[in-house]
Amino acid sequence: MIVGEQKPFDEIWEMVRKHKQVTVFGCNTCVAVCHQGGNKEAGILASQLKIRASQDDVDIEIVDSGIERQCEHEFFEKTEELIQGSEAVLSLACGIGVQFMASKYEKTPVYPALNTTFLGDVIASGHFTEKCQACGDCVLGITGGVCPVSRCCKRLFNGPCGGSSNGKCEISKDLDCAWQLVVDRLEALGKMGDYEKVMPLKDWSKDRSGGPRSFKLEDF
Amino acid sequence: MAVTTITKSNLEKVLKSGYQAVTSECGPPRSSDPAHIIEKGNLIRNHVDSVNITDNQTSVTRLCSLAACIHLKQQGIDPVLQMVVRDRNRIALQSDILGAASFGIHNILCLSGDHQSFGDNPQAQNVFDLDSMQLVQTVRHMRDEGKFISGDEIKVPPSMFVGAAANPFGDPFKIRVPRLAKKVASGAEFIQTQCIYNIDKFEKWMEGVRERGLHEKVYIMAGITPMRSVGMARYLSKNVPGMDVPEELIERLKGVEKNKQSEEGITIAVETIQRLKEVEGVAGFHIMAIEWEEKVPEMVERSGLFPRPQID
Repeated sequence: MIVGEQKPFDEIWEMVRKHKQVTVFGCNTCVAVCHQGGNKEAGILASQLKIRASQDDVDIEIVDSGIERQCEHEFFEKTEELIQGSEAVLSLACGIGVQFMASKYEKTPVYPALNTTFLGDVIASGHFTEKCQACGDCVLGITGGVCPVSRCCKRLFNGPCGGSSNGKCEISKDLDCAWQLVVDRLEALGKMGDYEKVMPLKDWSKDRSGGPRSFKLEDF
Repeated sequence: MAVTTITKSNLEKVLKSGYQAVTSECGPPRSSDPAHIIEKGNLIRNHVDSVNITDNQTSVTRLCSLAACIHLKQQGIDPVLQMVVRDRNRIALQSDILGAASFGIHNILCLSGDHQSFGDNPQAQNVFDLDSMQLVQTVRHMRDEGKFISGDEIKVPPSMFVGAAANPFGDPFKIRVPRLAKKVASGAEFIQTQCIYNIDKFEKWMEGVRERGLHEKVYIMAGITPMRSVGMARYLSKNVPGMDVPEELIERLKGVEKNKQSEEGITIAVETIQRLKEVEGVAGFHIMAIEWEEKVPEMVERSGLFPRPQID
């Protein structure tokens, strides 16, 4: 799923404080799982903004709402009127939702309340970690199910580098060395022979390097 | 003795003639003045076969490795161009390889490079379009096939002796020999290792290397860095991932008066070289004196590696 983190409150306040009306708008799927951008968080953020407006004696009407997903047209039906009538929207979606709304409502300013941080999982309650960079050409089948692109800080295809120490990465003792994990998995799978296959040069044209990507189902 | 070499590299000549080779390295300045690097090169030129020039080591911005290599080449020194894949994509890498070859630089050491978070620009993008093994493959492909990665022809291919690094002390230890095998399979012709302080572990790694006959396929040069003080030993031990400094080495330095510790560090390095000279498969030594180049001649002489062979 997509993981995001709320921006510092002062940065959010700075974006919206000059409007007369702002709709604080949650996105209740991915970023709700990480407790940063769901409809519940939209309500909390709206309350914080109201308090700040009152403290600073700023005249601004703040309402909160939300939908299941801000990245698909059909979910907007029930809030169409609210958004059309809003002077500005503070979206708690990831960068995709913010852009989707900005293109859908051409004349309405849409501000991001979150920094979209990564594609990740929930390894423990409240603990999210990056697992994919959408490189467009998955190699997990040959790396024992551990991604070298997103989990090795040098995205080495023939790792580990010389900085791997006691299972940890050279940049932080809190970060697992991805190639230690690859080797451990290959060993558990009885596939250590695969380690010695030299991985060829990666085709990064399928990554963001090749420009914005899209695909279209012909049958729809 | 006539020896057949692929390139005009002096390092290749010395190694292929059967001598234990000696290389050292110099770090370029954080300045546009080349005087210091030329001076460092001239300090050691008679005591080594080739001189590595580091490529923005520890991710700190410096005068570029290629330009520094050209300065040394103009002094008649055989440079080893260190090239990291951290800062350049495959277009820039191939371009710099051609540029280096055009100045008669005949050695390249292909490296990943330290992560930029260690340097002066932790906010920088990193590139890692290729990894170090893929860079080895690329240089060999350019030299041997006379082709770019794209398959396009190179009219005059670069003539380079191709090296890579190895760290026998990195984890997991069990893949350190297989990893060397991968570098050899990628086309590495010489290897310069991480600084060796844990000699027993290095010898254990070399045993694994010999079991697979890798020492007959690649020239392995043992990395040596003299300790200047007990403080340096402690720092390397605690703060540099992939560096293995045994406690008894720290104790030995601690047992010596402070103003004699650097001398003791040189002695330890000389003893290490002398012991490793006898290890089958050690083809030479790479002395990384880290801003202590003036000590390299003494170390080479005391290790019995002087004079250096002159081969036509």
